[in-house]
Amino acid sequence: MMRSAMMISVCTAGLAAWLVTTTPAAAFLAYVSNEKSNTVSVIDTETWSVIATIKVGQRPRGIDLTHDGKSVLVAVGDDDTVQVIDVATRKVIDSLPSGPDPELFVQNAAGTILYVANENDNTVTVIDIDKRARIGDVQVGVEPEGMAISPDGKVLINTSETTNMAHFIDTTTREIVANVLVDARPRYAEFKRDGSELWVSSEIGGTVSVIDPVKRVVIHKIGFEIAGLRREAIQPVGIGMTKDAKLAFIALGPANRIAVVDVATRKVLKYLLVGQRVWHVAFTPDEKYLLTTNGVSNDVSVIDVAAQKVIKTIQVGELPWGVAMARP
Amino acid sequence: MSMPATSSISAPLGIGAYLTCLLGILWRESLRFLHQRERFVSALVRPLVWLFIFAAGFRQVLGISIVPPYETYILYEVYITPGLIAMIQLFNGMQSSLSMVYDREMGNMRTLLVSPLPRWFLLLCKLLAGMLVSLLQVFAFLLIAWFWDITPPPIGYLTVIPALMLSGLMLGALGMLISSAIRQLESFAGVMNFVIFPMFFASSALYPLWRVQEGSPMLYYVCQLNPFTHAVELIRFALYDKVNWLSLAVVAVCTAVFTLGAVMAYDPGRGFARRMPAGGET
Repeated sequence: MMRSAMMISVCTAGLAAWLVTTTPAAAFLAYVSNEKSNTVSVIDTETWSVIATIKVGQRPRGIDLTHDGKSVLVAVGDDDTVQVIDVATRKVIDSLPSGPDPELFVQNAAGTILYVANENDNTVTVIDIDKRARIGDVQVGVEPEGMAISPDGKVLINTSETTNMAHFIDTTTREIVANVLVDARPRYAEFKRDGSELWVSSEIGGTVSVIDPVKRVVIHKIGFEIAGLRREAIQPVGIGMTKDAKLAFIALGPANRIAVVDVATRKVLKYLLVGQRVWHVAFTPDEKYLLTTNGVSNDVSVIDVAAQKVIKTIQVGELPWGVAMARP
Repeated sequence: MSMPATSSISAPLGIGAYLTCLLGILWRESLRFLHQRERFVSALVRPLVWLFIFAAGFRQVLGISIVPPYETYILYEVYITPGLIAMIQLFNGMQSSLSMVYDREMGNMRTLLVSPLPRWFLLLCKLLAGMLVSLLQVFAFLLIAWFWDITPPPIGYLTVIPALMLSGLMLGALGMLISSAIRQLESFAGVMNFVIFPMFFASSALYPLWRVQEGSPMLYYVCQLNPFTHAVELIRFALYDKVNWLSLAVVAVCTAVFTLGAVMAYDPGRGFARRMPAGGET
């Protein structure tokens, strides 16, 4: 009896050891919105292949997962709504009442409220995710796009492409409390994890403005230069910053490059070649990899974050725009 | 020519004799390589000029298509690296053939040929020595290229070795075959014009074949028939821990054919050597 129990435990331990060594540390799913083919591609980060394609509404762009990880939210601009995809069934199960032409959105820290930038009517819509109800609107500049929320949840940032401003919105009063002028066509905003800096990319201006969120002034502008490329081809859009705030990866649009920036010194360390017109980026939850959407070449490039190297490029649908990863 | 035929030796030679001969030839070739520093430098400078200058001009040319073995977009300098490695081996092979001609002109070859060992063995030793020298050159080049941000996966540096050995042997054997037909050192310029340049340019070393096909379908077929293309592709895949089976087969067959051809050509009873005028070594 004793001996057989020992045998079983040894076998179990062996099996467990084998499983530990053969099972990859972590596999995640990435959801990529394809603006032109009206689909969302699901990429398995273990095999780096598209394992499913979900049909969604027209012109899907901004994409993210709900905090419980059960749903994917995707802004379908030409259908004037934000659709809810069930992760388990990979089907659109509901929609949220945004304004016309929603583009990018952000959730509050609790994951209960969604703030959506509506490109066509210069507003940010506030939605209660659970109730699927619109609970407010904030008037902002022309063509609102980039959205970010401060780590303490008190300040919501919206950038407006035509007004060229980063609007600071008080999340309690839902009023604009400050406007910071940045370079032309601000596309995306991202807070440093500790909330000490706000980075805003300007597509036409070709810069990333570093803003002090307390003083609400631009304290630095990061410029980009790639030998052999016209200045106009360098159009910063998506920004991904590591949790330890050491590195930032900035998508440079038609420059087909990702700039790797040292956050502390704000210097570009390196440019990585990816597909054409790289737009948005997302880290895997363990931050080992960064995925980039390359709109014109219809693919997603995978960057090994530690090695700062592009390791693979995967074909997805037409005009991939946004990418979201399952949270840890 | 006073070349003793191997058949005149009655006692069979032991493995030790073969080994002594092999080591002797390897030693001589490595000495020659080490002493001719300019040869080493020039073997290194040639591909580096291509890498630093030529590739810089074409940096943005690629990046519109992903071809195996690559898994993502690459810069031009990354693309031409395997081609430049093969170029090092091509030049090395031709250089060995040049040294054969030189040895023949200077009379050094006589020393080698009086050996009681069979002629084919001497030639194989020489081939092996040339190939090993080319490996040294290639790794020196790869080391410098690494600092130029050409960083294949670490395992690639290992997996490329067998590919380099085979392609080195093929190009060395080709050089040897050609050298058997060359009487004088001066004729070597012809080898440059008629062998090295066409082989190098009509291959996938500098541009991917789908690009060639776009420009000229005819040239595309020529490139595919060129064994050098397959040497390049074999190295390219091996450097990224992959096998291009077609190229492997082509290179293996060509190595066998060229080696056999060279052995026959250097056989006093048959090949080109027979047509040499008496005292041609001086």
